[in-house]
Amino acid sequence: MGLVLLVVIWLITLVGSYFIIAKTWWLPVGASAAAAGIDHHFTITYILMGAVFIAAQLALGWFAWKYRDRGAGSRQAEYSHGNTTLEVVWTVLTVILFVGMNLASEPIWSSERLQGAHPGAVQVEVTAMQFAWYFRYAGPDGKFGATKPELEDASLGGAGALGLDPADPASKDDVISGVMVVPVNREIEVILRSHDVIHSFFVPAMRFKQDAVPGLAIHMHFTPIQTGDYELACAELCGLGHYKMHGIVKVVSDQEFSQWLAAQEAEKQ
Amino acid sequence: MAGGTGGGEAITMVSHDAHAAPQGFIRKWVFSLDHKVIGIQYFFLALVAVFTGMFLSLLMRIHLVWPNAHLPILGDIKPETYLSLLTMHGTIMVFFVLTTAPQGGFGNYFLPIQIGAPDMAFPVLNMLSFWTTFLGFVVLVAAFFVTGGAPLHGWTGYAPLSALQSAGPGEGLGADLWIISIAIFCIGALMGALNFITTTLDMRAKGMTLMRMPLTCWAWFITAILGLLAFGVLLSAGILLLMDRNLGTSFFVPLGTVNGVLTGHKGGSPLLWQHLFWFFGHPEVYIAILPAMGLCSQLLSVFSRKPIFGYKAMVYAIMAIGFLGFMVWGHHMFMSGMSPYSAFAFSIMTMGIGVPSAIKTFNWLGTLWRGRIRFSSPMLFAIGFVSLFVVGGISGPFLAQPVLDIYLHETFFVIAHFHLIMGVASIFGIFAATYYWFPKMFGRMMNETLAKTHFLLTFIGAYCIFMPMHFSGMAALLRRYSQYTEVAWMHKTDGLNHFITYAAFVTIASQFIFLFNLFWSMFKGEKAVDNPWEATTLEWTTATPPPHDNFGGITPVVYNGPYEYSVPGAPKDFVMQTDAQVGAKKH
Amino acid sequence: MASFSTTATLDEPRVSRGNEGGSPPFFGGGDDGRSGPGVPDYRTRLRRARLGLLVALTPVLMLFVSFTSAYVVRQGLPTLDPRTNQLVRDWIPVKLPALLLVNTLVLLISSVGMELARRQTKLASVAATAKPSQTVPANAEGKTPWLAMTIALGLLFLLGQWMAWKQLAASGFYVATTPSSSFVYLLTGAHAVHLMGGVVALLVAGFFALLHRSVATRSIVVDVAGWYWHFMAALWVYILLLLEFAR
Repeated sequence: MGLVLLVVIWLITLVGSYFIIAKTWWLPVGASAAAAGIDHHFTITYILMGAVFIAAQLALGWFAWKYRDRGAGSRQAEYSHGNTTLEVVWTVLTVILFVGMNLASEPIWSSERLQGAHPGAVQVEVTAMQFAWYFRYAGPDGKFGATKPELEDASLGGAGALGLDPADPASKDDVISGVMVVPVNREIEVILRSHDVIHSFFVPAMRFKQDAVPGLAIHMHFTPIQTGDYELACAELCGLGHYKMHGIVKVVSDQEFSQWLAAQEAEKQ
Repeated sequence: MAGGTGGGEAITMVSHDAHAAPQGFIRKWVFSLDHKVIGIQYFFLALVAVFTGMFLSLLMRIHLVWPNAHLPILGDIKPETYLSLLTMHGTIMVFFVLTTAPQGGFGNYFLPIQIGAPDMAFPVLNMLSFWTTFLGFVVLVAAFFVTGGAPLHGWTGYAPLSALQSAGPGEGLGADLWIISIAIFCIGALMGALNFITTTLDMRAKGMTLMRMPLTCWAWFITAILGLLAFGVLLSAGILLLMDRNLGTSFFVPLGTVNGVLTGHKGGSPLLWQHLFWFFGHPEVYIAILPAMGLCSQLLSVFSRKPIFGYKAMVYAIMAIGFLGFMVWGHHMFMSGMSPYSAFAFSIMTMGIGVPSAIKTFNWLGTLWRGRIRFSSPMLFAIGFVSLFVVGGISGPFLAQPVLDIYLHETFFVIAHFHLIMGVASIFGIFAATYYWFPKMFGRMMNETLAKTHFLLTFIGAYCIFMPMHFSGMAALLRRYSQYTEVAWMHKTDGLNHFITYAAFVTIASQFIFLFNLFWSMFKGEKAVDNPWEATTLEWTTATPPPHDNFGGITPVVYNGPYEYSVPGAPKDFVMQTDAQVGAKKH
Repeated sequence: MASFSTTATLDEPRVSRGNEGGSPPFFGGGDDGRSGPGVPDYRTRLRRARLGLLVALTPVLMLFVSFTSAYVVRQGLPTLDPRTNQLVRDWIPVKLPALLLVNTLVLLISSVGMELARRQTKLASVAATAKPSQTVPANAEGKTPWLAMTIALGLLFLLGQWMAWKQLAASGFYVATTPSSSFVYLLTGAHAVHLMGGVVALLVAGFFALLHRSVATRSIVVDVAGWYWHFMAALWVYILLLLEFAR
């Protein structure tokens, strides 16, 4: 039975290791400025923890086989209550590994979350509701108009869905879209809001995720560095339509972005 | 065993003493005050719960791979039905299996015996704690059958989804029943914790100092303390949620609308629910794993014929895990909108709690090293536990770092992590406990061939189910999705999903081998001797099954620690804790 | 089976006895306090019951700690007003009815009565153990019915709380009117439920007296209920101070 255990554990480790090394299923290509740093740290964690996995499982399987009871011929087990020096050594090493790994990631966390967007970032208000995403641009006045929950009516399109208050002058130039269009190589400030329950704005290619919480307006930022269409999906259980609450982030050139915005403004007239 | 006059049948909270065994079916088997009977009652409750929960997960796996399948009797599984299945699966498994079997089941049965006591401190309370838990289960299952059905908000019940009756099907009466069931469970668990702590502190036999207790007792003790501190907070959250749902208060619900209709609430904070819930929720997962860790230590020692490596370190590690367990709850909330400074603090504490877990793993390996290993079925599950705990623990440091959690939060990577630790390693602890203590509880041995088959199929099957989920998580497959038909990137892992579902079929089927073995052996198993595993702890000194007062009128006296195996010069390769002769020869 | 020789020339097996001392300073070194054939003595039963109460009060405390933290968070929490895109606070302090002060006095007096009842029963129990064969009459504890008085004052307190809620409602503050009013009802209601539990325990002790149960058992019930009662009184004072000064 010891041999069976050894074979089974080592086989599982081998198969697991193959997929760990081959990266058969992996993160999508990163398309934001932060992605490189995050992916680098992910890889370091992956290698370190992968090594621990392989070492521990191999040791377990090996010990199970090597120290099996061989019947009358076996020597007695070693009567030992432990080894304090060894305990101290591996405790210290574990602390250094774990805490060190974490501290190494903190500069990225700091730049992503502890610092706000720079002035001059492109602001996009992202509003989540059961079960759709709406994206609002402040327009030339740079101000988002007021919204009123009493005015919400999704059948009237974007402005109605958000409950945009036509009485507020700042509302007039607000552009509302079902697709998020952003310019490449510029910092995007997202302002996350929700009307009803908690949703979450997740764009895997941007390595970006943040919950949209009703009652809050959460400011986050990211910088896309590659043009293209990137899918987004809701990443917090929000009801029966959670599985189909997805959308598209279109990253375009600066010029295309301005043209698109202008076209949207023109349509409103 | 004279019949005492005080305490006996009174409905009071004073301690119980040895008294004449009860007569009559109701007194003996239904409302028994005997911790052994109560332990078996908890065990069978957990058995029903685990097969229910497993059935729900089977339906989930079928739906994910064949969303349009039309099932016999159940019909089509709509998206909201899927979400109810997953909500109830999580709730049943976490509360009525993982918090019930290891602690209420085996802890109730064996804690008093392992410390040399005739029963728990408060037997009437013990009986009430079981029936309260049972009531909680009935109320929970009732949610399936009321108008609107079971809730769809996940076992974590985040507000406002769980606080607004209009937020989805099942969020009406079903959600109220869910909350009430959990509140009832809290009360039952607190009653149990009360008994465990008082008994451990006040009823140990002569010579059974705290540092001579088996690690199983330490685990049950610390687990009970965790429960004592955590369940009150869950209860408070549940009360606030019930008030928001039914009395129009706004603890958790801010101003908002559902489908364009104002909800009537304002000013509440969804994050407040998360803080309260996870303050309970994180210690809860340690409640689910600590008893299994204690048992693993026990079994590795018994079946390697070797003392546990570093007993003191193991005790301090359990204490550290328990203590730190209260300081890390924010790591469930990195993406919630919580302050990023708090996130940093929580993440450092979380890496910290990985350290005592690592120490325990090293010590388990150290126990095997230079042992003389016997591969009885309990040992197989103990070794399997170590393997699964390692692989489940490895994904922890990924999630503990907020920078990586940005990507991995809410993906299948998280599902892999907690299922490997709670859903497999902890369950292996329950299997190990069953195979180990079955002879003492039922007087017969379980069939070893069936047991070994069960082990191999489950061990390999569990890896096949949950290892691939790390990879689907890295490919950004999101959890709590009723189907993966809408989002383009989620099709990349269709192959993995199929594989996982097929592995689930096989693994679930294998559990019926266990079920068959369990019941068949109760009646037809080979008769067991008093100490079939040649172990040293007190339960193996007494008759099989133990008499009503556990020790047949004898008061045990303890001379030795619990892991005296292969003592040089001793006549056998194990020395019972009550063995005075060998102990008396101490230096 | 090998016999164990006391003149063995091998090393005597040095068995680890575990740590016999020097470890966490918890209760007892494993003395099960048994006396007689399986019946724990009065001292042990009392100690065990008191330990049980101490443990049981922990989750009660945690419940109110949790409510307190929700209170503090909710009071200070800003929320987004979509009309102005500003963060606002919606906390409106509640004026507490003066009746609550009267109720507090009633509860504190009841606590005094409770303590007197507790000591009274203890004395009777000590006296009774000197002559265990005698049946003890229901009024063995002396003339003054402190226990009954405590129960009456407890019920009076609960009645007073009910009236205070009615006053609060009359002034327009219902459960859901404002977050502050929600907490007033929540905290006072949760406390009242727990106090009711204490009243029930005292009623049980009273019944025991009527049923001529052993005075030792009765004294343990009254002792435990007594400490519980004091805890409830202290908890009430805390709640009152929180609601009044952390407005």
